[in-house]
Amino acid sequence: MLRFFLRRFAVAVLVALTVLTLAFLLTRISGDLAISIAGPNATQQDIETIREAYGLNRPLHVQYLDWLGRAVQGDFGESYFFRDRVANLIAARMPVTLTLGLVGLAIALVVSLPLGILAAVREGTWVDRAVTMVALVGQAMPSFWLGLVLMVVFGLQLAWLPISGTGSWEHFVMPGVVLAFSAIPSLTRLTRSGMIEALASDYIRTARAKGLSRLSILVKHGFRNAAIPVVSIAAVQLGFMLGGSIVIETVFALHGVGYLAWESISKNDFPVVQAVVLVLALLYIALTLLADLLNAVLDPRLRTS
Amino acid sequence: MTTIATTAGGGRRTLLGNWGFLVGAGIVGFCAIVALLAPWIVPYDPFAIDLERRLVPPSFMEGGDPRNFLGTDQLGRDYFSRLIYGARISMVIGVLTVITSGVIGITLGVLGGFYGGKIDDAVVFAITTRLSIPAVLVALAVAALRGSSFMLVVLVLGLLLWDRFAVVARSTTMQIRNLDYVAAAWCAGVSRWWVLTREVLPNIATHLAVVATLEMALAILLEAALSFLGLGVPAPLPSWGLMISEAKEYMFFTPWVIIIPGAALFVLVLGVNLLGDALRDMMGTDLSR
Repeated sequence: MLRFFLRRFAVAVLVALTVLTLAFLLTRISGDLAISIAGPNATQQDIETIREAYGLNRPLHVQYLDWLGRAVQGDFGESYFFRDRVANLIAARMPVTLTLGLVGLAIALVVSLPLGILAAVREGTWVDRAVTMVALVGQAMPSFWLGLVLMVVFGLQLAWLPISGTGSWEHFVMPGVVLAFSAIPSLTRLTRSGMIEALASDYIRTARAKGLSRLSILVKHGFRNAAIPVVSIAAVQLGFMLGGSIVIETVFALHGVGYLAWESISKNDFPVVQAVVLVLALLYIALTLLADLLNAVLDPRLRTS
Repeated sequence: MTTIATTAGGGRRTLLGNWGFLVGAGIVGFCAIVALLAPWIVPYDPFAIDLERRLVPPSFMEGGDPRNFLGTDQLGRDYFSRLIYGARISMVIGVLTVITSGVIGITLGVLGGFYGGKIDDAVVFAITTRLSIPAVLVALAVAALRGSSFMLVVLVLGLLLWDRFAVVARSTTMQIRNLDYVAAAWCAGVSRWWVLTREVLPNIATHLAVVATLEMALAILLEAALSFLGLGVPAPLPSWGLMISEAKEYMFFTPWVIIIPGAALFVLVLGVNLLGDALRDMMGTDLSR
């Protein structure tokens, strides 16, 4: 168990370092950073001043080591626009994004677990086909468009929910639903296939033979085994959802990390963009690590392999 | 299209597969034809601005004008013509992204799965790293830095969406690399290149076709999202995402301006997904994650 954990942890650290390097390269290979910061109306003099002020005239490897050294300590420099530490900006916005991600994941689980179990129990019937259809529709739904349609229907016409902003819990309902749509298809399919596999196994036959109640068989014997992959995929999905929250936060003007990145991109505020990419990537890495560990704890067979 | 039912309950699968396949192929085929023939079937120039006839509702709605089937946009451009040209953009982006990401992902996946060992470790590491990078955010950042263009969107999406190709190519190659017919090819004394291209690739092709549909759907959705955020296909190109973005100021008064391009996007992506799902059902494999 310990060896498994250490190995997995070492890989995660290596991936994190690679992502750090890529985040640095992202802003350097995509063109001259100083020209991008200066904007279209800048003179050659302005560009030189910026290059000097931000240390962009130093050799690339010096810039890289300097940036890496600071980034490892959680220092992402200062925002060009907000006149604040990047780390502070992200810390202030992170709760909103995390709330959105967790609300989205909760909605996705509440919808997809029962749907997946139902489809598995009624495998091959119209119920199963209807659930497959729901998953396909969810997969094809453009999230930003769904967001706008919900705004028109529930925000304007029915006036049940606020259209945009961050103020109260009600502001998280529509974005949460939209975000959940991206995770529902894969979670439903996985629950369904896991349940089908579990229900066909010997221990279910034994449980039936013992005369246990149908509900007890489904929940205690079937779902507990089917849930193992679902738990780990849910953690990975949360990482994906956090990464994809930029679109939804922009649509609903929800002031989380994604919205911050969006603002910073349109203002050429690259230290912030770089840091958000990094933080979201690190969150994803941490969540996949957690998923693997959860898997190992839940399913002892995986520890030794 | 011949289908073989092998597993229990396969009859249903095949039936649903066929049904989904027909609908999916119908939608995608229709969009492809419309995209190809766009210049000949549009009633008006999709770029022609007419400021005196702005936001005319579709002809079937109240206040509509029979001259503009789907009405006009905020600049008086014919919405039906723009929608048809939009199909072109979505289809081309989808196909080009699949080709780019397919070449990268399949190469990496087959190499990793075929050679194993250190090479495989490197491939798995590349996949893990790629998955941890938030794709939309990086695509937006690159577009902002370089200035967005059609080709840049294709390139960025292609460089970001190869992971599933690699995962599937790797696992399927691993499954077949030790099978008898591959061993037979080795014994026949053919080159490594021959084994890879003539024995391995054709036998994983159907799995890769399913991935291709998934990636195409994803690429179309991501292009629309990038264009919606103003950093995808540049205006005045009529990308469906850009049309929604330009129309969203008016959506509270005239909701059809966002409903129409969004519905087109949804139907096309649903069609591509139905196609992929039918293919997957026919093969009886599950590639969802």
